[in-house]
Amino acid sequence: MRAVLARRNPVAKVAAALVFTVALVTTLDPVPPAVAIAIELALVPLFGVGYRTLARRAWPLLVSAAGVAVTMVLFAAERTGDTVFQAGPVEVTTSVLNGALGLALRVIAIALPGVLVFASTDPTDLADALVQNVRAPYRFAIGALAAFRLVPLLGQEWQLLRLARRARGVDAGRNPFAAARIFVSTAFGLLVGAIRRGTRLAVAMDARGFDRGGPRSRARTQRFGTADAALVAGAVVLSVAALWTGFAT
Amino acid sequence: MIRAKGFGWRHAGRKAWAVRGLDLRVERGERVLLLGASGAGKSTLLAALAGLLAADSGEREGTVEVDGRVGIVFQDPETQIVMARAGDDVAFGLENHAVPPAAIWSRVDGALARVGFPYGRDRSTAALSGGEQQRLALAGALALRPDVLLLDEPTANLDPAGAGLVRGALREALDPGTTTVLVEHRVAEALPLVDRVVVLEPGGGVRADGPPDEIFATQGDRLVAEGVWVPGRPVEPRHACAPPGEALLTAEKATIRDRLAAVDLLVREGESLAILGPNGSGKSTLALLLGGLLKPDGGRIAATAALAGPDAATPPHRWRAPALARRIGSVFQDPEHQFVTSTVYDELALGPRRTGMPDGAVRSTVDGLLSRLRLDRLAAANPYTLSGGEARRLSVATALAAAPALLVLDEPTFGQDRRTWVELVDLLAGLRDEGRGIVTVTHDPDFVAALADRTVHLRANQETL
Repeated sequence: MRAVLARRNPVAKVAAALVFTVALVTTLDPVPPAVAIAIELALVPLFGVGYRTLARRAWPLLVSAAGVAVTMVLFAAERTGDTVFQAGPVEVTTSVLNGALGLALRVIAIALPGVLVFASTDPTDLADALVQNVRAPYRFAIGALAAFRLVPLLGQEWQLLRLARRARGVDAGRNPFAAARIFVSTAFGLLVGAIRRGTRLAVAMDARGFDRGGPRSRARTQRFGTADAALVAGAVVLSVAALWTGFAT
Repeated sequence: MIRAKGFGWRHAGRKAWAVRGLDLRVERGERVLLLGASGAGKSTLLAALAGLLAADSGEREGTVEVDGRVGIVFQDPETQIVMARAGDDVAFGLENHAVPPAAIWSRVDGALARVGFPYGRDRSTAALSGGEQQRLALAGALALRPDVLLLDEPTANLDPAGAGLVRGALREALDPGTTTVLVEHRVAEALPLVDRVVVLEPGGGVRADGPPDEIFATQGDRLVAEGVWVPGRPVEPRHACAPPGEALLTAEKATIRDRLAAVDLLVREGESLAILGPNGSGKSTLALLLGGLLKPDGGRIAATAALAGPDAATPPHRWRAPALARRIGSVFQDPEHQFVTSTVYDELALGPRRTGMPDGAVRSTVDGLLSRLRLDRLAAANPYTLSGGEARRLSVATALAAAPALLVLDEPTFGQDRRTWVELVDLLAGLRDEGRGIVTVTHDPDFVAALADRTVHLRANQETL
């Protein structure tokens, strides 16, 4: 049995994540995103995602949040409030720290729901729900789904292209310009291969009637029920509550 | 069932017609094998029959008519699978044809059973072997209950086991009412599936048409010359006439985690070594190791002084690329992976230039290779526009340009017609007789019979299966 929120309609999950994003974009205060992160972390088990899996998927997010914070501390224009400490030319004040913390937390609070949704959603289910529940064009949804299947191949292909260049006697040594040239030629090879494969896939799909243009039937059904509506409503309530903590303090 | 009258097609931007003046009638239930030299328009004709030639992608002459529904299976397994789960993939075509949902899953199960698909509907398509993916593609075509089934070299990209699976599925799955048109280089394997052979003349309609025995009796020599694998015409073996020379490269317990179990082997001058083994045994990984392109996780790959002189003390994966290319040439399975310039000439000149050869010598080396591999007319062409056989010849020529003492090739004969195949075997035999070492990773039993002086068998690697 899949976890209670993992089972929700993918469109409902995406909508709930969007609600959090939109709500948190409206505030600069560090408190609401902190509250939102607490709520999001508390809900993780309901999505059937382990905290370890989440950490593995979300670490780039933590890195970018830290990057945002450091940039703010170093380059913020407005430096009011009390000086906390002085490091060379950089005067770190309470307002700078407040702003940096607010922004870093916002990055995490906004992106975390997306990570959760995609960790707990089958891409096929998402494409089906987009077509069936929000009337997304099927050529787009199913086409994107088929194309994403080819993405893992690009990683292997990149490695082979790199090795093939070495086998041809092409390497950069310590020359950064040569390295850039090799990077461009490898990327071009990758692009040519990707376009070839994409074209072949498109022809194979059309050969099975993807381009017929008439009505289509559905092998799998996605339903948008009360529980799914409740998930979106819950997201609205929780995000308003998180915003409220900002006004209250 | 199928009627073509004066049919012709010219792809946009091309001078020559891919097919022209074609008259053909195929009745219901006939099984036709379509033959012809590379470039005779076989695949174009199949695309026309499948209704896949868009009006804006070329110029049309005459007519082609097909009664009933058409299904087609292509060569490349990877780009025919649309969905992540096997059952959903078969259902994809049924959804497009608006088959009522209640009927979809029984037809999916029926089609999977007909092709002998060994797993359930929920099987991940990414976890299938090439042969299994092709069976699934066949199930996807059969689920639509086609009146005409078109097969465009469905086994060309598969190892012998996978190709056997697909041919077995075809034998079982075709019912007497299904008209079939098959394109296939490997005629002997295809013959049990067909009762009529049609030979296309490049740009000139149908040259011969009739029962297989009659066609091969009258057209056999000409077909052989055009690169068709006519049954009962073996290729002269080219074994070494001199004993092998000094050792060039050794592998001692060389291994790569999850990809290759520990291997010991020795490569010598003037010897052709074939590396065999089932899919997943790490043959291609071993080729990369021997080519100095990967670092082993365990054990070692060591060059001898005969190959690397004073550099023999360092392992090949740590050599600078120009030094590596001068000593070990690698030919990858997909020729396009290796192209780095925009003309065939530059492609061949690259290696010699990188290894510091003077301009005059570069020119004579390149000209020699161009004529030796029948690429002279293509010197100014872009490598990405070459045909399969031309691209293969170029990729071998690029590895030879820096005159390495050792050549490592990964499946060089995959999908090649008989003419390119024989040229490759002759070329490699000549290089071997000059005293170079040749290592070939291959599935091709004919290649092993014709050229291998010694074979090494790898076991299936449990972790990767």
